[in-house]
Amino acid sequence: MSFWNDPLKVAADWLEGVFMGWGMDSVFAHVLVAFLGVFLLIALLMVLDIFLVWIERKVVARFQDRLGPNRVGPYGLIQPFADIIKLIIKEDTTPGNADKVVYNLAPILSMMSVLILWAIVPLAPVMLGTDLNVGVLFLIAAGAIGTLSIIMAGWSSNNKFALIGGFRQVAVMVSFEVPMLTMLLIPVIFSGSMNMNAIIQDQDIWYFLISPLGALIFLIAAIAELGRAPFDLAEGESELVSGFNIEYSGMKFGMFYAGELLHAFTFGGFWSILFFGGYRFFGLEQVSPFLAILILIIKAMLGYWVIMWVKYTMMRIRIDQMLSFNWKFLTPLSFVLLLVTALMNALLASAPTWLYIVGMILANVVTGWAALEIARSATRQERERVEGPKQAAEVSH
Amino acid sequence: MTGAQIIFIVVALYTLGSALMVVTTRNLIHAALWLVSTLFGVAVTYALMNANFIAVVQVVVYIGAIAILFIFAVMLTRKDMRDSGPQMNKNWWLGALVAVLVFAGLAFMLSGWSGFSKVAADLPSGFDSVSLLGEALVSPQAYVLPFEVASVLLLAALVGAVYVAFNRK
Amino acid sequence: MSEWIYVALFIAVGLIIPIGAIAAGFILGPKKPNPIKEATYECGVEPVGEAWIQFKPQYYIFALVFLVFDVEAVFLFPWAVKLGQLGLYAVVEGIIFVSILIIGLVYTWRKGMLEWL
Repeated sequence: MSFWNDPLKVAADWLEGVFMGWGMDSVFAHVLVAFLGVFLLIALLMVLDIFLVWIERKVVARFQDRLGPNRVGPYGLIQPFADIIKLIIKEDTTPGNADKVVYNLAPILSMMSVLILWAIVPLAPVMLGTDLNVGVLFLIAAGAIGTLSIIMAGWSSNNKFALIGGFRQVAVMVSFEVPMLTMLLIPVIFSGSMNMNAIIQDQDIWYFLISPLGALIFLIAAIAELGRAPFDLAEGESELVSGFNIEYSGMKFGMFYAGELLHAFTFGGFWSILFFGGYRFFGLEQVSPFLAILILIIKAMLGYWVIMWVKYTMMRIRIDQMLSFNWKFLTPLSFVLLLVTALMNALLASAPTWLYIVGMILANVVTGWAALEIARSATRQERERVEGPKQAAEVSH
Repeated sequence: MTGAQIIFIVVALYTLGSALMVVTTRNLIHAALWLVSTLFGVAVTYALMNANFIAVVQVVVYIGAIAILFIFAVMLTRKDMRDSGPQMNKNWWLGALVAVLVFAGLAFMLSGWSGFSKVAADLPSGFDSVSLLGEALVSPQAYVLPFEVASVLLLAALVGAVYVAFNRK
Repeated sequence: MSEWIYVALFIAVGLIIPIGAIAAGFILGPKKPNPIKEATYECGVEPVGEAWIQFKPQYYIFALVFLVFDVEAVFLFPWAVKLGQLGLYAVVEGIIFVSILIIGLVYTWRKGMLEWL
């Protein structure tokens, strides 16, 4: 076993040997090595997070035909470090009426809920982190803690904007968790496992190809879960100023901000794991774990880029529109898609691969088309009811 | 004492401490947050018993949905979230008596069970509890009827909730 | 259980790093509080009334509907894991299970509880 093929195990064995050479208990040495590994991974993630600030600002600048940060360092690369120094040496004000303990706990929990998601990310065939057999549900469980941190921040600030923002964000998150849970069932049906690594290993055909609509609904639900545009009504700069994090300053605000960026990147990663084969790319992942990690990061970045693309293209929607869209369109559609997928999967179980793929794509397309048609006729009826049939006819011409 | 036992005792004390805070805190939102902490402790206890699925479901359903519902309910019904009335009512001794009796009864019943004083054995490798649960839920010899009845129960809960909320308006 | 030790480590480190960052900010930043600075932000004017007030009941109703569907999805996960090996009758059972709940969604919709008033 060389370093090139399994760097984590080689390094861990070496470190364990060193620690045991110092007279440590073998179990303790094992846990200590695991702790150092986790610490290293999270430290690297935080470094990545710093660069995500730069990437996000650069990409939004290009979308809006601007240059973005370009003064500090080459291409403005040093800019995020300057931002961090500023955040650290800034005065950390706490509103006098705030509930201090809950107020300080909220940003910590928010960041933690994002970081623990990486416990279930398989980075490479030999680097699994935690090979949890309920990985898919763990994703939702971590989201539950994130939801809680936002309501804690919104409530404890004792600010009207913060409370409204917190409430809205929680309403968005709990609503879109239903389609998200339902869409998580689709990779589980295909792979027959809730383990993230098993889901990747099963994707000889990307699940995106056999469930494109599922991947799309998952992305929409993920964007809502992230609280990004068009579902960013919790922050709503034009109405709530900054929403749930309005009273936070300094590094506490930094934690919310960094957490949001890392969360978006992480969900880009989960999107690629669940629907685009994760670290797999035509057998390249078998060459070296380093290559596998690179593939995963590239795919996650592409997913993150799509999320940014949506964010800087769409406008914010109102809370009633958001809830209607979710409960009256997305939730029924995701249930129907789940049942159609389960049914087709069982019917085509013994069919040849090409027929299976074609059948699945057709099922997805028909379901999506039918849903759009029903929604279109329903909205037309609604418009006629509100405006009267004559005006609606004029509008459509 | 093994490591698992020490962890269990720490988690159990943490859960009980949080539960005590739930009933003694005057601020209702704090009580709800302590409840979240208690429920998390219970989830850790499940994880210690190798019940991965139940542990994660505990977090998803109880922290992600029920605790949020509690917090919403507190914020919606109370104008001032700081409770000012006395924390004990006249029947506190009755409640204490019932609690002690339930604890004694459970302890008595469980003490007769052979596994009471044993540490849980490790599951055999390749034992996939989720898969077995899935099979049990849909096979006609096992729990297919309870599975479908659960759906009806959820429907009843939904209809009931809508009915109650609708009539109040 | 060994997987959970890793998760516990992730939770521990996930708490340590933000606490460390915030502590660094607390140590390095200036601390000159005054009542004006600590006042609640309300677009630059004096805060009016309390923020901890009663809220719209609509939020509660959506959370209630969500709870039902959350529990339903949790029931479906073991079903989905085993689905590939069980064949068509398990699919039919799932369809019945979900259909009963879709009735609930339709009922909620018809009663107008999904409207944001």
